[in-house]
Amino acid sequence: MNKSVEIKNLDLEFGAVKVLQNLNLDIGKGEFLVLLGSSGCGKSTLLNCIAGLLDVTAGQIHINDKNVTWAEPSERGIGMVFQSYALYPQMNVEGNLSFGLKNAKLPKDEIAKRIKRASEILQIEPLLKRKPAALSGGQRQRVAIGRALVRDVDVFLFDEPLSNLDAKLRADLRVEIKRLHQNLGNTMVYVTHDQIEAMTLADRIAIMRGGQIMQLDSPEEIYGRPVNKYVAGFIGSPSMNFLEGRIEGDVFLVGDLAIPLAGYEFASGNAVSGEASLGIRPEHVVTGELVGNAPFQIDIDVSLIEPTGSDTLVDCEVAGHPFRVRMDGQAKIKVGERLRLGLDLSKASLFDKTSELRL
Amino acid sequence: MADARPSQLFRNKSAKIAAIPMIVTALFVFVGGTAWTIVYSFTKSGLLPRLKWVGLDQYERLWSTKRWIVSIENLMIYGLSMLVLVFVIGFILAALIDQKIRFENTIRTVILYPYALSFVVTGLVWQWILNPEFGIESIVRSWGWESFAFDPLYNADIAIFGVLIAGLWQGSGLVMVLMLAGLRGIDQEVWKAARVDGIPAWKTYIFIVIPMMRPVFITTLVLVVTGIVKIYDLIVAQTGGGPGISTEVPAKYVYDMMFQANNLGQGFAASTMMLLTVALVVIPWAFLEFGGSKKRG
Repeated sequence: MNKSVEIKNLDLEFGAVKVLQNLNLDIGKGEFLVLLGSSGCGKSTLLNCIAGLLDVTAGQIHINDKNVTWAEPSERGIGMVFQSYALYPQMNVEGNLSFGLKNAKLPKDEIAKRIKRASEILQIEPLLKRKPAALSGGQRQRVAIGRALVRDVDVFLFDEPLSNLDAKLRADLRVEIKRLHQNLGNTMVYVTHDQIEAMTLADRIAIMRGGQIMQLDSPEEIYGRPVNKYVAGFIGSPSMNFLEGRIEGDVFLVGDLAIPLAGYEFASGNAVSGEASLGIRPEHVVTGELVGNAPFQIDIDVSLIEPTGSDTLVDCEVAGHPFRVRMDGQAKIKVGERLRLGLDLSKASLFDKTSELRL
Repeated sequence: MADARPSQLFRNKSAKIAAIPMIVTALFVFVGGTAWTIVYSFTKSGLLPRLKWVGLDQYERLWSTKRWIVSIENLMIYGLSMLVLVFVIGFILAALIDQKIRFENTIRTVILYPYALSFVVTGLVWQWILNPEFGIESIVRSWGWESFAFDPLYNADIAIFGVLIAGLWQGSGLVMVLMLAGLRGIDQEVWKAARVDGIPAWKTYIFIVIPMMRPVFITTLVLVVTGIVKIYDLIVAQTGGGPGISTEVPAKYVYDMMFQANNLGQGFAASTMMLLTVALVVIPWAFLEFGGSKKRG
């Protein structure tokens, strides 16, 4: 793999607080990498380190095979898009796009050419003479992307670019960013706390927690085979159900239930036994006519219903643990009714009780 | 239900009643007092106001008085220097304090502290500091530089700059605090964006940050300018207008004419001229600032 960004043994400390610890990350050329995590996990800090806006404590950062650990942000060959857009408010759109280029003493016709190209790609040509205050949130973020685009760089950094937009605009602009990546083929590093954005955009997702990368993998792999309980609970909405119990032989014991483990692929290849958590995604529980095919079935009482239109979420209890099931939006179901669920462990996850690692 | 729309005059009664004292004060004291002063500036009032018309005589006398001309010149020199320097010093101090330094609160308090003193105290303190007998000059000479001379308050040509030093010492802190508040209001991501764009810090300040701070600058400008126009107590405490008449200012001229020289008419004429000067500056600015607001929405 051709490396675009290489991060080696990166440490960052603010006084006594270690924000990033011995972090290693390689990002391939043309890859769309998403840094995902809850607030305070160090994802934005890592992005700021790549951009050069924060001085690292130890370690190295290479961009395009050049050691840029101590280079100024403008010399690293990066463009950056911020959550608050960070446009220069008293300059019009054209001024915002050209200010950095003029400062770098680029020839006028080159600047004009780049602005033309960027505004065509982002469809902001009619807005060029307007001030940021006269633009909507979505238009402002487009201009901010344009400002990164005119820099003609290989690596784009996005710091939660869609978090200030309303839900509909966010979905629209998300698609546009993905299209932009397909057309340009640049390397993109994208920080978000929104797992839908991460899943839809990323070639690979890096899930971060406490300044470390928990799992770095494709969205499918992270969703289907999370390496630990934290990742499993973080990815997926509604989140995964966990049943605390014990593996004995080829069954998982929880309360007075014995769930057969047939079909589950152990990470080590061999079956293990002992205390464990069984994780089942609400969408992997079978209801209705298909229950008959499931290897394990159980009857539950419906305690709460959350209809979302496309789906209906059903809350209930399994062996004393709160449990959620996703049903079709058309399903006719009432609180207090009895419902038969079918579980298939081939899509489930098992985690060790103490280490919380995947079994 | 009521048949007709209730009269606008009687809506929000309690708010209107509460505003009456201030409306009365504004009308009678400010507007009324101003009009009265202007009217009596055309009379030959001496110790007491008398409606004996003399036309523009008071103004002719005013503009042929050396002391008034010097006062106006001093106000111009002091005002322009003060305005430029207090903004430059205040902004630079604020920018320096904004660099995530240690003991920021202490330093901020120290720099703002002079503003808590009255002009009388400031004037006296700086009168002593600039006094050649026991101020800066005598200290430097006691170190061995025998020919050192620094006595602005005793040189009629530059005495107003001695006052300026005291004014700057007192006023810079306030400007710094206001500017610091303005700088803190700037989104940190704008700074980051400018760094990614490769724009040096001084350019970011001049082309991006300062234009973003326009509202703070206007507030500060109003405070500083009103402080300049009404300057009186600093002069009285520090130089008493001297040496000679070299540090006279218009407000002192007005006061002296009205309460020492028993020449009310002349004092009224001088204060009317002060009003006229302020109005000439404020009215065009107000039109520019607020007149265009309808277009901007």
